[in-house]
Order: sequence, then C-alpha cells, then structure tokens
Amino acid sequence: MIPAAFDYVAPTSVEDALAALAEHGDDAKIIAGGQSLLPVLRMRLNAPEWIIDLGRIESLRGVRDDGDAIVIGAMTPHAVVGADPLVAEHALLITKAVEHLADAQVRHRGTFGGALAHADPAGDLGAPARALGASFVIQGSGGTRTVGADDFFVDLFETAIGEDEILTEVRVPKHTGWGAHYEKFVRVAHQWPIVAVAATVRMEGDAIAEAGIGLTNMGSTPIRASGVEDALAGQPATEDAVHAAAERATDGTNPPSDLNGDADYRSHLARVLTRRAVLAAAGA
Amino acid sequence: MTATQERPADAVEREIGRDRRRKEDQRLITGRTRWTDNLQLPGMLHLAMVRSPFAHATITSIDTSAAQDAPNVVTVLTGKDFGEELGVCINAWPITPDQVTPVHSPLPADRVSFAGEIVAVVVARSAAEARDAAELVDVEYDELPAALDLKDAAADTVLAHPDLGTNKSALWVFDSGEAGTGGNVEDAISKARDDGIVIEREYRQQRLIPAFMEPRSVVVDPTSEQLTMWSATQIPHILRFALAATTGVPESKIRVIAPDVGGGFGGKLQVTPEEWIAWAVARRIHKPVKYTETRSESLLSAHHGRDQWQKLTLAAEKDGTVTGFKVELLADLGAYVAIVGGGVPVLGAFMFNAIYKFPAYHFACQTVLTNKTWTDAYRGAGRPEATFGIERMMDELAAEVGVDPLAIREKNWIKHDEFPFTTVCGLEYDSGNYEAATARAKEMFGYDELRAEQMARRASGDKVQLGIGISTFTEMCGLAPSRVLGTLDYGAGGWEYASVRMLATGKVEVTTGASAHGQGHETAFSQIVADRLGVAFEDVEILHGDTQVAHRGLDTYGSRSLVVGGEALVRAADKVIEKAKPVAAHLLEASVDDLEFSGGRFTVRGTDQGMGIGEVATAVFAAHDYPEGVEPQLDSDATYDPVNFSFPHGTHLCAMEVDTETGALTMRKYVCVDDIGNIINPLIVSGQVHGGLVQGIAQALWEEAVYDDSGTLVSGSFVDYLLPTAADTISFDIDHTTSPSTTNSLGTKGVGEAGTIASTPAVVNAVVDAVRHLGVNDIQMPCTPERVWRAINGPGAGGSTTADAMPHFDGEGEQA
Repeated sequence: MIPAAFDYVAPTSVEDALAALAEHGDDAKIIAGGQSLLPVLRMRLNAPEWIIDLGRIESLRGVRDDGDAIVIGAMTPHAVVGADPLVAEHALLITKAVEHLADAQVRHRGTFGGALAHADPAGDLGAPARALGASFVIQGSGGTRTVGADDFFVDLFETAIGEDEILTEVRVPKHTGWGAHYEKFVRVAHQWPIVAVAATVRMEGDAIAEAGIGLTNMGSTPIRASGVEDALAGQPATEDAVHAAAERATDGTNPPSDLNGDADYRSHLARVLTRRAVLAAAGA
Repeated sequence: MTATQERPADAVEREIGRDRRRKEDQRLITGRTRWTDNLQLPGMLHLAMVRSPFAHATITSIDTSAAQDAPNVVTVLTGKDFGEELGVCINAWPITPDQVTPVHSPLPADRVSFAGEIVAVVVARSAAEARDAAELVDVEYDELPAALDLKDAAADTVLAHPDLGTNKSALWVFDSGEAGTGGNVEDAISKARDDGIVIEREYRQQRLIPAFMEPRSVVVDPTSEQLTMWSATQIPHILRFALAATTGVPESKIRVIAPDVGGGFGGKLQVTPEEWIAWAVARRIHKPVKYTETRSESLLSAHHGRDQWQKLTLAAEKDGTVTGFKVELLADLGAYVAIVGGGVPVLGAFMFNAIYKFPAYHFACQTVLTNKTWTDAYRGAGRPEATFGIERMMDELAAEVGVDPLAIREKNWIKHDEFPFTTVCGLEYDSGNYEAATARAKEMFGYDELRAEQMARRASGDKVQLGIGISTFTEMCGLAPSRVLGTLDYGAGGWEYASVRMLATGKVEVTTGASAHGQGHETAFSQIVADRLGVAFEDVEILHGDTQVAHRGLDTYGSRSLVVGGEALVRAADKVIEKAKPVAAHLLEASVDDLEFSGGRFTVRGTDQGMGIGEVATAVFAAHDYPEGVEPQLDSDATYDPVNFSFPHGTHLCAMEVDTETGALTMRKYVCVDDIGNIINPLIVSGQVHGGLVQGIAQALWEEAVYDDSGTLVSGSFVDYLLPTAADTISFDIDHTTSPSTTNSLGTKGVGEAGTIASTPAVVNAVVDAVRHLGVNDIQMPCTPERVWRAINGPGAGGSTTADAMPHFDGEGEQA
C-alpha cells in the first residue's frame, strides 16, 4: 500500500493555499485530514502530483458563535466538533451524528469540512447539514461566496466547490432547544451506514412544530426529506402520526443497490428509520 | 556455576492448569520483534507483482520495456523468462487416483486462470520503485469466458481450464454400507419416506477470506552455500520439502525460517506463487530479495476458504430417532488444487454424523475448478462445514417432530457410558460426556427462562423476536495418525517432533516442529516441560519455526500442536529423565533402582540424599565424573505419531434478537461449555475460544467474499469484506467440562478450532428459531439484515448478495 510519489506543500494561510491551488491546478489535491484521500492514494486510485495540506491553517479550526448561527471551521476535527458545547447547544443533531461517525481514530484525524467536501453520500455529516439548512462558505482568489446546503451537494463526490476554491467554514443556523437524533443502520460498527436518518424537531407541547430531516446514502447526494418535514409540521409525536409522515421518506430518493442491500430494502429502511429517528428526536 | 534450576519451594505445585500470561505477548503485541517484512539484508532488492485483472484470459503479449527503464529497476521477469527451475505449487493430497489437477505454475506464461494471478515480477532497489514500475508493465490479454458460479461450473458449461476438458476435479465418496461401518442410507431414506420423516435441505457455505493480521511476506537470501527463505508461513518444514521437491535445489541446501508470524487461520498453510517467484528471482540474480504483499493483494490472491453447496437428506423415525444421513457436496477449489485442496471437504467427511448414532451414512463430495481465487484450509477446515450441516438439520428435525431441539439431540447422541464409541464412519471416539456439557450450558444460559421469554414475545407479536440456537458439536483434532493419512492418500505423515536440551546452567532449551503463529506455544509448552522436569517455567525456552533449529516437524494446523506436538515433548522430556537417572545414581552413590524422581529432584529412597536434574546437567557438562558406558549428555528427542484423533466436543447456546421490521440482529447471550480434555493454560484456552467464536459468528453474520459477473472480487477491501471488531461482539460466557483424551499422556484434545466450528450453526439456528413461526426455515449465510427481512417477507432464504461495492474512495473527490 505505497502511494505513487507526490510533492507536498503545507501553507499556513488560506491565501497561500489558494495560490498553490492556482499554481498546480489539476495536478493538485487538497488534503483535509486525509481519512478518505490517503486510502485513495495508497490503493493508487489517484496519483496527484501535488498534495496541498490545509492542516497548518489555524484560521480554519474551531467553532464560534456568530449571532443566529454557529460557525464551524472546515479543518475542525470531528472529535472537537463532537465535544463542542456550542454545537451541542445549538445544533445537537451534529453532535449526535459525530458520535457515530467512523471510529475514534478517524474522528481525531478527519475534519468536518474535509468530510463534507468529499461528498460521499454515505458520509454521516451531509444529512445533518441538510436537515439543519447549513450553508457553506467557499473562498477563491476572487473572494468568498456562500452556498446553501440544498445547492452544495451536486452529485456523487461532487460539490459546488470550484477547482480553484476551498471550503473554509460551515454556518449552521441555530436550532437551540431542538431535539435531535441520528439513526444509523450498519452491519458492523466501523462501516459506512447502509442508510441513516438525521432528524431534528422543535416541539410545541406534545406536537411537532417544525422538523428537519436528512437522509444518508439514499441517492447520489445527501437528501433532505422535505415531504416528511411538511407532513410532520403540527402533528403529535405519536407512533401513528409519525409513521404516516415517515412513509414520505423515499420521495425523490434514488438509493443504490450494493453488497449491503438492494434499493427496495434501503427504501424500506429509510421509512422505518425515519419514524424511529423522529420519535427519538421528539423524546417520544 | 549457578544452579537455579530447582523450582523454589514456595512455587505453585503444578504449572499445568495455571493462568500463565503468555511469554510471547510483549513482543507480539508491541510489534518489537522480527516479522519477515522487518528483515533487512545487505544489497537486498524488492519485488512487486503484476497481476491479471481478468478472471480468465490468454496472455497475448507483455511489454516490460517502460518498466525496465523506470528508476532503480533491476529487471522485470515474466513466465517466459523461466524454465523448470521456477517449480510448481503442489497439491499434497490428491483425494482420488483420477483427480483432475491443473498444473499450477507460479508465473504462467500463456494463460491466467483467476483475477489476481501473477503475470510479471518487477525487481527494484526499493519497494516503492518496484510498485511504481509495476504499473508500467503493459500486458495484453484476450479475455476468455470464465467459470464462476459453482453449480454452473459443476455442469461444465464454461471450462476453467479448457485443456482439461472438465471442471470436475474429483468425486470422493464414503458409504457406510460399502465400508461395513453401517447400513445402507438409501434403504433408510426410502423406509423413512414411507413411514417416518425425511428432511431435505440445501445449504450454502459462503466463500470466506482468512484475513490474517500480518500480510504475507517472503525474503530469500541466495548468497550463501545454503539458500535461506524467511516466510510468514505456518509450515516452514513442508515449505522446505516442497521447494526441494519442485525447484531442483537439494533439501540439504535449503533453510526455511518462519520468524514471528502474525496469524494464519489456515491461510498461511500454503506453498504460494509469491514464495516460488521470490525463490526463483533470487537464484536468478544472486541477490537477496523481499516481497511483502499489500492488504489488497492478500484479500485477492491468498487462498480463500469454505465455498460449498451442501445437499443434505436426513432420515428419521416418527419419534425423531435418526436412521440415516446422506451428504452431497459441491466444493469450489478455485482456479487450482491447493496444497490441501480437495482434502478440506474430505476432513469433514467423517464429521457430518457428529455426536449422533446414525445407523447409515453416505458422503459424496465433488470438487470443482472455477476461475476464482484458489481455496484451501481456513480455521476448522471441513469440520465447520460438517458441523453446520448436521446441527442445522437437527434443528429442522426437531421442528418437524415438534420437540425442543435439545431433546432431539439427547435422543440421538452417544451416551457418556457408551464411550469408547465407534461411529458410522469407523472412527473411535475415545471419551466425552455430552450430557454434562449440555447440563452446564443450560444452567449458565438460563435456558428455560429464555424459552419462556421467547414464547411471551411470540404471543404478544413483539417487533423484536427472540431465538435460541444450539450447537452440540464435536470435531476431530490432533491431525493426524500417519497410517490413516496414508489410507487417504495424503502426501505426508501426521507425526510431530520435539527435542529437549539440558544446558550447562540447568536451563532448558526445547525445540518443537510445531511452528507457532500466535497460538502461545512458548507459554503452554514451557508449562508442560516445567512440570515434567520440575524446573522453573522461566528457565524453559521454546524454539521453533526454523528448519535449522527444529529440523524435523510437520508444523501447525488442525488443532494439532498440543495434542501431537505436546505428546512428543512429554516423551522427549521423559527420555531426559531416564538419561539423567544413571548419572544421578552414580553421583549419589546409590543404585538406580533406589532413585525416585519428583519435583525436579532425584532422591535416594529412604534417605535425605538427592540432587536436582539441573545439577545432573551441570555434572555431565563438566563431565569430570560420570558412569562408564554412558554418554555425558542428557539431550533427548522424540517423534510422536498419534494413534487416534482426539474428539473435543461442547454445547454452545446462543440467543439472538431479531428486529422483524428491519432484519437487524442483536446477540443477546452466548454460552459455551467445551470439553477439550485437560487444560494446560486456561487463559490461552479462553483466548482461543473467544477468538474462535468471533470467527465463527462472523461467518454466520458478516463475512462473504463476493465476485461479480466478470470474476472480479468485489469484497476486495475491509470496507466491503466485513471483519467484526470488539464493538460488534458481546462478552461470552465460557466454561468447561472435562473428559480427558485417553490417547495421549496429558489427556488433551485441542482447542484451536473449536469455537469457530461450533458457533456458526448456533448463531444461524438462533436467527431461524426467532422467525420460524413466521414461516422461515432457512436464512443463507451471512445472515444479513436484508436477507432476514426478505425471508420474513417472502419465500426463500433471503436471496443472493448484490455484487457491487459502495464507492467510498472515488479518486476525484475535492477536499478530503
């Protein structure tokens, strides 16, 4: 498992990283923790000439409060995000998802932005990002732009980040007081989810006032289950009501068939797991 | 001179039976030891293999020029560059005289027979440069149709090796009527069809990958008069013999060393193309070479295990008394007949009858060649397949009769007062007590309470159903009596060798021909020698794995090391005592007849005179004063050929919860009570049982080597080949009952494979038991949640696995 030879640069500012990216263009890959890129290199599925490491850019690390949103630096390791009190207070769904993300080693090396930019539809962060309506701050030589979660994920391993751009931070609207649950279905603990459902709900009394639902591995991108969200609004958090709403979980999905399950089984799972996730998020 | 050889007075009386921490663990766990890949020799070059991406293809051309020109490449060689000195990979067990056996060149020049087969080897100054250059070798192939599906291959629809004219390698048959060991099974079945019960099932043993921790590695040094090969192998002695037999190098010019080896599970019981290529390349270029495989290469090309279809017919009377068992197997050999090859299913031939008193039995196994990775021994080798078949069928019989599956077993098993018992296969089970193991297991499990909970959940229609699975297994261990192997046409014997050397300072060096690769030989064998000679545990050193150190041996597999190798050790140690006796008598000025030996001391009966065996060793080293006509040394050796197999058994009980909505499975409880005879080191035994259980549970629930329609291994990484970790298992409750083996001095039976053999059917029986009331009577392994869900919601055993991997490692991702 020896990668092909490559050159390596570790800039200390986003500007330097963008300059390196501009210089090497197609021959370069950005490493942002390396938990997906290193296996790719070691299995020789790709052989970039340059690796640009964002690991030394301090400004890309950490979580901060920014009024109606919390802002997570792209290079913040999962373990830091998972333990962050701001995240737990205002975006509990992310805390819950990170708890089950890969294993302890990966959570310490892998980064929040790296995983989202990799855009594996089976990754554990895309569905929470969509459920919470996160937005993505992308910096290029021409400046900074912000892309909403609904537009960020384009296709399998493809995002709105341009070839000359870098994801710098993720803004998550505060969901203070919302209940949350990440229901992940795996055969062994270290596996990517066969299907997972990210659910967060705002309760008013015994009823669900608002809900955010994201689906993992039910199509070529993380999916927002708007049909379920709409159906849940104003419903009591009961088995029957949630069951009926969860039947809409497969609207607009296109699940894969592979070793771990065929598409029809995944669709079935999505409905069952959505019901369970919503009920757990509602504390029912 | 120091004489520390006597055991301190306050030491425990016996080492055997004591929870000794393993001597080898510090170096093995920290990795601060000599693995083959750690070796660095002066001027050593590195190899990288070019492998076929096609399952079956003609090699039309190989252009090595770009690779030859790459930085620091010494040479690039293909099959055409070698003659007979390349040798062949051998099958040591042609199971029938007319077995069809394709020639297995390590580096074929004209045609590849599985995806992963080696077509060229790059030699470079570093491993990285070799691998870079391997990508530059341009091979052109003409793809041929590939024989992939086992049943299709058995029908010869597509030929794996067109020149052989068939895929059918050998048909091996045992029939109790013909052998005179029992009745005619067809009579039993036809009688049962008229007036009894006939259960017919077809079970799948999926293909598995041994997945040992240390990838295979080989180093060859051709620069001395004697050529040396270091290899991460289970079988240094057999490897040396095979190199001599097939490459034209005299055996006396070959030294093979298996340094510390990181696991094998049968997967390193092989003579491999990689070893043969490294050997040939080193001899060709007269430089030391090293090859270490990547994990991907290991999963792709190191031999796989299991892969059978089992067609089973069980006949019984209406009350559930079994009257006959007919077993028809198809076994996938893969592209070549490996070293044990068709012998693996044959090792199960005598075990399908298990602990039950079948009056009639028939076993037939058709081995089949396909264009997939070759298969061979994998922990249990033949016996897990047999145990799965019979233990699943006993549950089916119980369901048919309408009684508890433990009751149907008890009705049919050999009672404890019937031992020794000669089975319908002609094997003599020397000892056992199935009643005792089962009673203890039931008690630990809380069997009746769990059955009551199961009934309550069924009655309430709980979404989570509970199932209880049983496996009252036995196995044959201690491979093997050489005469028996001879009657089966196996190419070697089954004896084992040990020597005991008494050093001048009273320390003891022991060599064993059983080559450990993680089992704990150094600790357990030290305990045996410490007790036998009465020396301190710490004063015993166990040497193994080097044909120059332990020159004789038949290596480690088949739960044989303790049962066969341990007995050789006992006999060698006893010879040391016998040799020391006249010397001690001389020094004590007593008659030999008046000497007693115990606790490491010779004493003169009726006096306080005595001396330690270490003092005798020191005395013969000095050799100033010893009797006439006696050699001044105590060193002894022994070769032990077992007179019978040993037959460990046990009762395993498993409780599984099945989420009927999703098919998800949760293990609730696992109890096993194994009777493995006398135990040398309970801690090592627990480790063997725990690891074995997980490996068997993994076959039931997780592991499967899957090929797609073009013969590509889809489960080619640990992303898709699901090995469990500690996070996926529960704490097991283990205990033992003891019926010592009567055929060896220590009364041991072997434990290396027991957990793996027993646990697979226990788990599947539990899963099926949980949903049997929903109309399910089988779920194909691995019992994935999807299969369980499909079985609950439709006919069949859950369908086959879709041969597509999840794409997590796309090379084009943006920021990862």
